[in-house]
Amino acid sequence: MNALSLKPGSSRKSAYNLRNPLSEGEERHTLSVLVDNEPGVLARVIGLFSGRGYNIESLTVAETDHRGHRSRITIVTSGTPAVIQQIHHQLERMVPVYAVTDLTAVGAHVERELGLIKVCCEGEKRLEAMRLAEIMNARVVDVTLNSFVFELSDVPEQIDAFAELMRPLGLVEIARTGVAALSRGAEGMD
Amino acid sequence: MADGAQDAAQIMTGAEMVVKALADQGVEVVFGYPGGAVLPIYDEIFKQNKIHHILVRHEQGATHMAEGYARSTGKPGVVLVTSGPGATNAVTGMTDALMDSIPMVVLSGQVPTFMIGNDAFQEADTIGITRPCTKHNWLVKETDKLAETIHQAFHVCTTGRPGPVLVDIPKDVQFASGTYTPKPDAPTGHYAPQTRGNEEMVMAAVEMIETAERPILYSGGGVINSGPEASRLLRELAAETGFPVTSTLMGLGAYPASGPAWLGMLGMHGTYEANMAMHGCDAMFCIGARFDDRITGRLDAFSPGSRKAHIDIDPSSINKNIHVDVPIIGDVGTVLAQILEKWRERGSKTMVDGVDRWWNQITGWKAVNCLSFTPSAKTIKPQHALQRLEELTKDMDRYVTTEVGQHQMWAAQFMGFEDPNRWMTSGGLGTMGYGLPASIGVQVAHPDSLVINVAGEASWLMVMQEMGTAVQYRLPVKQFILNNERLGMVRQWQELLHGERYSHSWSEALPDFVKLAEAFGCKGIKCDNPDDLDEAIQEMLAYDGPVIFDCLVEKHENCFPMIPSGKAHNEMLLGEAETQGAIGSTGAVLV
Repeated sequence: MNALSLKPGSSRKSAYNLRNPLSEGEERHTLSVLVDNEPGVLARVIGLFSGRGYNIESLTVAETDHRGHRSRITIVTSGTPAVIQQIHHQLERMVPVYAVTDLTAVGAHVERELGLIKVCCEGEKRLEAMRLAEIMNARVVDVTLNSFVFELSDVPEQIDAFAELMRPLGLVEIARTGVAALSRGAEGMD
Repeated sequence: MADGAQDAAQIMTGAEMVVKALADQGVEVVFGYPGGAVLPIYDEIFKQNKIHHILVRHEQGATHMAEGYARSTGKPGVVLVTSGPGATNAVTGMTDALMDSIPMVVLSGQVPTFMIGNDAFQEADTIGITRPCTKHNWLVKETDKLAETIHQAFHVCTTGRPGPVLVDIPKDVQFASGTYTPKPDAPTGHYAPQTRGNEEMVMAAVEMIETAERPILYSGGGVINSGPEASRLLRELAAETGFPVTSTLMGLGAYPASGPAWLGMLGMHGTYEANMAMHGCDAMFCIGARFDDRITGRLDAFSPGSRKAHIDIDPSSINKNIHVDVPIIGDVGTVLAQILEKWRERGSKTMVDGVDRWWNQITGWKAVNCLSFTPSAKTIKPQHALQRLEELTKDMDRYVTTEVGQHQMWAAQFMGFEDPNRWMTSGGLGTMGYGLPASIGVQVAHPDSLVINVAGEASWLMVMQEMGTAVQYRLPVKQFILNNERLGMVRQWQELLHGERYSHSWSEALPDFVKLAEAFGCKGIKCDNPDDLDEAIQEMLAYDGPVIFDCLVEKHENCFPMIPSGKAHNEMLLGEAETQGAIGSTGAVLV
């Protein structure tokens, strides 16, 4: 893998491209799905992906409208354009689904993921970790004499990059939320 | 009545709600089997006589009966089963209904809410198990929500692309009291599939009709699901354009088999003329079908020179297997009306000369006489048996169901259907054991009509216990078993693909079907001589009750024509002489 090749669509200056490269003809798309927050709705969506052999690169879900009991599911998936179109239609025809938007196809949108990165180090490495965290806009949310937990909210590639920077310094573990995304501009999808 | 009194009238137990909701939905018959977790509902069924309950012998039977009922009436079939094994036994029928887009409502009992998750007796995660084999399903945890959920289940299963739905009802919800929500007050949610086609796409389809020189109308089960109006419009379209018509297995009867434009069924065992026309056409109109692999054969060689229009109510059917040029999402009936209106407005134009030349070519293909077979004076050829059955019953008020296998394909080839809803078969899932219970469901819906199940002996044995149901309810279904003592289609594939090694594809230790019929309390007829066939069929038709007809046929007959797996439409096998090495190694992987 060419470490210097920027993934198409990467908006930031990161020189790291640590995601698995896509196969020939495949594209990565971010889909936003509004659903009734009824029991089993997530299982339905996941079952559709596993049953039909579609990829899930990341998935986030939470109720976003408590009064209307609606949740937004954000799915990052990959496939050929025909497969992406199928996924779109298959999601759209599910009974608890209100609306599906292919944010990648629509165009301008923002994506963010939250990562928690635990690093264990002492001495010089501690200072280096702090310095890198500052450069990357990561916050310290937990600290002991020999560890940090950093919080970083950014595009997935930046979290990859930060984690890789921490690896030689004493990376212990990572928790990530997966991507949340919204289209740019004044228009909402519901 | 004061408001308070009205409200009081709507307070009832969950079990009462189930029966009331079904009655409000116009349900006349329920196919079911009682058990611990549905006893309160059965108690309510006992106390009323609006809804007729058919006691089945196995829950799979109930689901196929509901399918037969639904397919022959256009109304949803209703199934009532208990928790655990009751629900798991219904899974095959629900999957079958999902694949063939059959409206069906399954009500299942569940262990009480406070026991769910504790591995209680006869507990199963019914919602989890049936999620991928239903269009939607619901677990009802409050009695107040029960009636509206049932009403919504009917809405979902009959709207858009029909399919099976399941409502799982814990036993405590059935016992508890709550407020009944009448049908008009029940929220239907936001589920509202698009039924009207996009005008621009409709216009594009009209232009395709006007410019086509080698057109074909390829219709499917969606025409039948859309209702009788869609079939009527398809006939109008065919009559006014003069375009040839072919159909999938599921769509037989939408266009009459006696119609001048009819080419017969297409696909793996379809006619030569239908498949050659699909291959050679310049404009394909796919109407309520879904480019299934049994239809397309080799994808990259499928109808290479044509522009394709596709009408389907399910957007996910569009561009799934075959890329189409003119996708129209909507109800077949509605879209056909739109197309016809626009096309007539513009003067009902077609390329008459081109279409005439096309018909000349098709007539040449018809002359191949692809359904011919070698007759025999000694043994009954299965094709001959069906020809005779067709001849002796075609003018009757007749419904036909089938099991799955060679006999199913022969029935599709040799029996003609003049109207929709007359032909019930398991297309997408290919469920052996479908035909007998489906014939019972059809007969329940049409008590005075002739209902024949064309069967193979192996399929038929899978659910033969349902003969008990037929006898109990005096349902005079005719089980026409083409008995070759083989799993015929498996045997055929082993002959073509596996060096004639017939691994486990024969029916050993078969019962004596005549004695079996007597044991069930119905009539058995056996026939093994071509000369006696007509008389035996007449005897079957004349008998006022269920009949098991054991028709002993040629054991090694193969079903032709056949597009071998992995081959294109113009590479059909027409008979035995062509079968040597017909399927390559890539084709052998396919099913």
